[in-house]
Amino acid sequence: MRVALCGNPNVGKTTLFNQLTGLRQRVANFPGVTVERKAGTLAGAPHVEVVDLPGTYSLTPRSIDERIAYEVLVGRLEKEPDVVVCVLDAGNLERNLYVVTQVIDLGLPVIVALNMMDVAEENGLAVDASALENDLGVPVVPITASRGEGIDELKKCILNPPEPAQVYRWQLMDAVDAKIPALIKRLAEEAPHVKPMHLRMEVLRALAEEEALDAWRLGAPEFVNRIEALQEEFAKRGIAWRHAEVSGRYAWIGPIAQRASRRVSGPATLSDRIDAVFTHRVAGPLCFLLILVCVFEAVFSWAIPAMDLIEAGVAALAGIVHSVLPAGWVTDLLTDGIVIGVGNVVVFLPQILLLFFFLGIMEDSGYMARSAFIMDRLMKRVGLSGGSVLPLLSSYACAIPGIMAARTLDSERDRLITIMVAPLMSCSARLPVYTLFIAAFLPTGKLLGVFGYQGLAMFSMYMMGTIMAFVAAAILKRLVFKGPASYFVMELPPYRRPRLRQLFWRMYQRSKVFAVRAGKIILGCSIALWFLASFPRTEISPEATQIEELAIQERNREYAAAQALAPGRDLTVATDSLLLVDSTLANALDLTARADAKYTAALDSANIIRQSTQIRESAIGHLGRILEPVMQPLGFDWKISAGLVSAFAAREVIVSTLGIIYSVGDAEGGVALRDALKADKYPDGRPVFTPLVAMSLLVFFVFALQCMSTLAIARRETNTWRWPMVMWLYMTVLAYLASLLVYQGGLLLGFS
Amino acid sequence: MTLRDLRPGESGTILGFEPSAAINRLMEMGMVPGSQVHVVRLAPFGDPIDLKVRDYHLSIRKSEAALIRISRQEG
Ligand SMILES: Nc1nc2c(ncn2[C@@H]2O[C@H](COP(=O)(O)OP(=O)(O)O)[C@@H](O)[C@H]2O)c(=O)[nH]1
Ligand SMILES: [Mg+2]
Repeated sequence: MRVALCGNPNVGKTTLFNQLTGLRQRVANFPGVTVERKAGTLAGAPHVEVVDLPGTYSLTPRSIDERIAYEVLVGRLEKEPDVVVCVLDAGNLERNLYVVTQVIDLGLPVIVALNMMDVAEENGLAVDASALENDLGVPVVPITASRGEGIDELKKCILNPPEPAQVYRWQLMDAVDAKIPALIKRLAEEAPHVKPMHLRMEVLRALAEEEALDAWRLGAPEFVNRIEALQEEFAKRGIAWRHAEVSGRYAWIGPIAQRASRRVSGPATLSDRIDAVFTHRVAGPLCFLLILVCVFEAVFSWAIPAMDLIEAGVAALAGIVHSVLPAGWVTDLLTDGIVIGVGNVVVFLPQILLLFFFLGIMEDSGYMARSAFIMDRLMKRVGLSGGSVLPLLSSYACAIPGIMAARTLDSERDRLITIMVAPLMSCSARLPVYTLFIAAFLPTGKLLGVFGYQGLAMFSMYMMGTIMAFVAAAILKRLVFKGPASYFVMELPPYRRPRLRQLFWRMYQRSKVFAVRAGKIILGCSIALWFLASFPRTEISPEATQIEELAIQERNREYAAAQALAPGRDLTVATDSLLLVDSTLANALDLTARADAKYTAALDSANIIRQSTQIRESAIGHLGRILEPVMQPLGFDWKISAGLVSAFAAREVIVSTLGIIYSVGDAEGGVALRDALKADKYPDGRPVFTPLVAMSLLVFFVFALQCMSTLAIARRETNTWRWPMVMWLYMTVLAYLASLLVYQGGLLLGFS
Repeated sequence: MTLRDLRPGESGTILGFEPSAAINRLMEMGMVPGSQVHVVRLAPFGDPIDLKVRDYHLSIRKSEAALIRISRQEG
């Protein structure tokens, strides 16, 4: 047996779902779309499956979420449910009942769960469930899902489902109603696959909705003709046929809602008083800004240390594996390919978790809708709506949660555009790159004695990305995602206190989606890149071998000298007590210790040189040289090009790659690497890195999409490789052109 | 007059609509001819509008409000 939970957004469906199923639930996707299908078994009745449907205001779908809910209910996506539980907000019966009347008409057993009884009571609203039950003709169970009240009664009701309704209880205006039976007959003849119970709904929809009518044009042309003739006739007679169904339903609902709920006390709810501040002309935007600052402060001050810790942990793990397993390329693959690859996935988790935490609070509390309300005016200018604000702002920390947060957008077009431009917002992974090159190549002085050049440069990186995101959105809207003008009709739900348990549970589920689904792709890419950087193998490096040989000779010489100091003594074992009594021995031991240290240092540098040779001779090194002619107009030599190739997987990798290529053994981008970069010269003596080259590279990083995690999550959220590919292409072209402009323009203006 | 002409704090009764893609959704949300709307406030930057319809808050843009014909309610 299958039970579907349906109802308006934000009425507590998911809360009820969690109450009904406990943690016995599975999250998957509905086939072909990114809408989550949350299913679980009823606690205490394992044969009953409960499905949490996306929120919907009506069964005439206007977003993918609504389409999914609709298609499940009419049995188009999977077998239709055996029972439908319609969840209502007791504080807002009229609008909530609209979709209930539509579901009842589908001819399925319907139970109404009258949720948020606690809020209704607090707001001085007396809701009479039995009056509602009488009027609607279906069982009504009052519940408070967040406290688990009424759940048992609801379960009992689900296990003894009512009979489906047999009659339509609401009245269509007579002039329209008279024409319906003939149309139903016509459609039944032309489209025999439509279930008899759905015929009336299909006819009414075809009458009111352009798109619905168009959908029949091929399958039932005569039906379409008749509808169009009828529309003309109605228009001539001045009958408002377009409103007929909605008006009829609301005419029935209005009195029912009035009988069932009675306002006992005054009208200004707590929610309204909160709104007086949060959407206030002055205080509103200020609060929004303040909340953003706090969220970002928290994300950066909590996530960055955690990320550093994870990176250190991953490096330590790789070190341990290295020391335990025999040396060889298989071990290298394991450590540098797989462990680091897994690290690349895990390292994003602190930011993702934190952002999901704050986004979750905003979503559950109802603030998300207010932020859209405040920002819509500004976002409309670039062709987006207010709903895109939070996904885009989250992308400053990390594009991944930003892209996932775009799910809250109603319009599929806005969602795609938001996903496509989110990676242009400078994420935190760009920061190490910005820091390295700005610190190395920009002057430390101050403009007008106030603004440091370096800080200004950093700020302009962020501005460039943001402005370009808006420009790209406007262009995409005009050229790629064309279509009828969208509209903005959004509920401002009452403020509610978020429940931590539910919040954490969703954080966990969303992060799992990232770690598991995107993780596979990321791991694959990491391994592939490791192969590119490690093959073909160059085991021999004359320079390194020479250093090693010299080091051995040197050590032998110093050992011999030490032995001469203390003839006949064993210098390989030493204890502190001996040191105290015998100063010559102590000196000899001191000498050997210093010789050992020098030897180890020499081996290290030989090793770094070997790595450097390896990457120079590897596929990535070759790619860098192949790309050099293409990249030269941007001011990049083969080393930077190789670094860019290696940074395809993750931007920050360029820092460690350059570290290896320049043999400074410094993966952190510290002073040693900075100096090495500044000292590097072309054969003709020109420096490889000039401030202009650094600017060009920085601009490249602002625009280029070098993050396979973003591509992987975009693939998941759009369900096709097409959009991630387009995204990668347009951003790469953009990056190339912008760098070209900066470098060539800079040269023309006489900079170097 | 249209809903766009109402100032914050004023109310009106819906008379009808100019044709537009948004109308069906607006009606489903409870804005049918004959129902009452109250303009609660404008968003801080002047658009959209916060309306009270059937005892809940609905936000629409001014461009949509201009499609809704109403009669102003006095008092
Ligand atoms: N006070 C109260 N809050 C509730 C109740 N049920 C759900 N909520 C809260 O309402 C918000 C939206 O709930 P959710 O289950 O996500 O709604 P959905 O969009 O219908 O799935 C959350 O913050 C819940 O904690 C209830 O019975 N009483
Ligand atoms: Mg939900």
